[in-house]
Amino acid sequence: MFTLHIHLISSKRRGYSLKLKLILTDEQKEFQQLARKFAREEIVPAAAAYDRSGEYPMPIIKKAWELGLMNGHIPQEYGGMGLSIFNNCLVTEELAYGCTGVQTAIEANSLGQMPVILAGSDAQKTKYLGRMTEEPLMCAYCVTEPGAGSDVAGIKTRAVKMGDEYVVNGQKMWITNGGKANWYFLLARTNPDPKCSAGKAFTGFIVDADTPGVQIGRKEMNMGQRCSDTRGITFEDVRIPKENVLIAEGSGFKIAMGAFDNTRPPVAAGATGLAQRALEEATMYALERKTFGKAIAEHQAVSFLLAEMAMKVELARMAYQRSAWEVDQGRKNTYYASIAKAFAGDIANQVASDAVQIFGGNGFNSEYPVEKLMRDAKIYQIYEGTAQIQRLIIAREHLGRYKK
Amino acid sequence: MSGRVLVGVKRVIDYAVKIRVKPDNSGVVTDGVKHSMNPFCEIAVEEAVKMKEKKLIKEVVAVSCGPQQAQETIRTALAMGADRGIHVEVTGKDYDMLGPLQVSKIMAALAKKEDAQLIILGKQAIDGDCNQTGQMTAALLDWPQGTFASEVSLEGDTVKVVREIDGGLETIKINTPAVLTADLRLNTPRYATLPNIMKAKKKKIAKVKPADLGLDMTSRLEVLRVDEPPQRLAGVKVETVDDLVAKLKETGRL
Repeated sequence: MFTLHIHLISSKRRGYSLKLKLILTDEQKEFQQLARKFAREEIVPAAAAYDRSGEYPMPIIKKAWELGLMNGHIPQEYGGMGLSIFNNCLVTEELAYGCTGVQTAIEANSLGQMPVILAGSDAQKTKYLGRMTEEPLMCAYCVTEPGAGSDVAGIKTRAVKMGDEYVVNGQKMWITNGGKANWYFLLARTNPDPKCSAGKAFTGFIVDADTPGVQIGRKEMNMGQRCSDTRGITFEDVRIPKENVLIAEGSGFKIAMGAFDNTRPPVAAGATGLAQRALEEATMYALERKTFGKAIAEHQAVSFLLAEMAMKVELARMAYQRSAWEVDQGRKNTYYASIAKAFAGDIANQVASDAVQIFGGNGFNSEYPVEKLMRDAKIYQIYEGTAQIQRLIIAREHLGRYKK
Repeated sequence: MSGRVLVGVKRVIDYAVKIRVKPDNSGVVTDGVKHSMNPFCEIAVEEAVKMKEKKLIKEVVAVSCGPQQAQETIRTALAMGADRGIHVEVTGKDYDMLGPLQVSKIMAALAKKEDAQLIILGKQAIDGDCNQTGQMTAALLDWPQGTFASEVSLEGDTVKVVREIDGGLETIKINTPAVLTADLRLNTPRYATLPNIMKAKKKKIAKVKPADLGLDMTSRLEVLRVDEPPQRLAGVKVETVDDLVAKLKETGRL
């Protein structure tokens, strides 16, 4: 635990001065302690077995739900805890330390819920968020398609208005919690005119998973985070009542994108948790393993590796904390959220790979924990906006400040 | 019966930490070291909260003696389900020398003040390993005691206690008010849930000083020196049983 005060001097361009404290309050420390204890005692011992079998870790998820370690974003009026993004991130980092497969299954709930939290009517929130706090249910964010990931505006799933319903046809892919969700946030194209701008052509819907026509594909076997449930979902003449439209027809794109400013910080926190785990495992091994008459940690080549790993972990943490704090203060945090997610995803991969290196031959072997970390880390450069998309966003935000 | 249970919770160095002796051998290093609630105290809190959930008692009061940080330990008890806390402020030299005699005087005074029906303590703390506070508290109050409890059943104004003793298990029945000390197998302490951590913020922690209770914290003990245990020396391997007997005789062990 580090303590640090940062006073940021007011910039003429921005016109305000900020005081960012990186000391946690007692309550935040307790949240962190609870999540840390849960991760070490419940997740870590079970993670390797879930990774090998790919089985969905429902028992762990259920326990996390009972302890209030899930669904932290749901506002108190709907039975949730209304935690700040910052506090959610604290919990997320600790759970990810245990296993990012488990943590992603849990985090996918936040991603699916965020459009409803940000854009849902009171009735929609009561119906779809309320039930999440009454039972350990899962939900999913259903946007990506086989033909469109980064290019969200290129999605082809069609929703056609017929009377009081929308009839949806299309194919979604790589949906986390796809096979376990009780409901989905779905993005579909409502305006067929190719000249219509992205900002008006798409609509966001809440879809109950048991609606006739929703066909759940097979569980995909992935490189890492293998216990997380990822599937293709086919929509064949699925009828959605108009009450399940978020805001109004045509508002979908903005809602889908707006969710990311709130969910990228926790994803960055998850990547940081993985990197922290890799750093700790590598450090403990380096202090035990001996070569040429001393612990390998005493060889400068290894200690320099560990030093750089530590630098990356600390900076990733500061980055996600800043991005979380910005949005909690009510400010647009897109710039910081993308920086945090891009950086954390990249360093998680570097740190996990370096950890395998420090373990040497043992690192390559499945009896040791680090090869799983390397496999689990890769997806952090892909989902929730690829490393390349993040760079597009950062460049746009950065240059945008100069053009004003 | 008041239906009130006092639970003592001690802030100790976390069980997982590697303990280091200070260079001047005056004690162990505590600065910047992770502390948590004594594991046996966690078991004591859990037992009290379970009694309250079964509606056998009405209120659980968590007590801790020490400097400001003792409040963290009380907060953990509150997050586990205790209703309120009492922080007995002991600092400086008094805190360094705080031992079972002083704590039992405090618990006895608070038990009278709060009209407690039961006091539940951990059987011992993992730092001092004294295993005295529960017994001394009962003696000062002239209350019956059920120590090393692995099973407790409150029945009206008596308590049935199954105790873990050297020979096995002993079951006794004692009248309340009484002092119980929790052993390892009494229960498995719950995690504090996140909503309960948030609710605990609103629960009250009263602060008192030993002087307010009319108590003198002066210690009758003086710590002369603290040393690490001697390094374990490497053993010697022998080939046969005869060799083993010969070696044991040689070193005077047989």
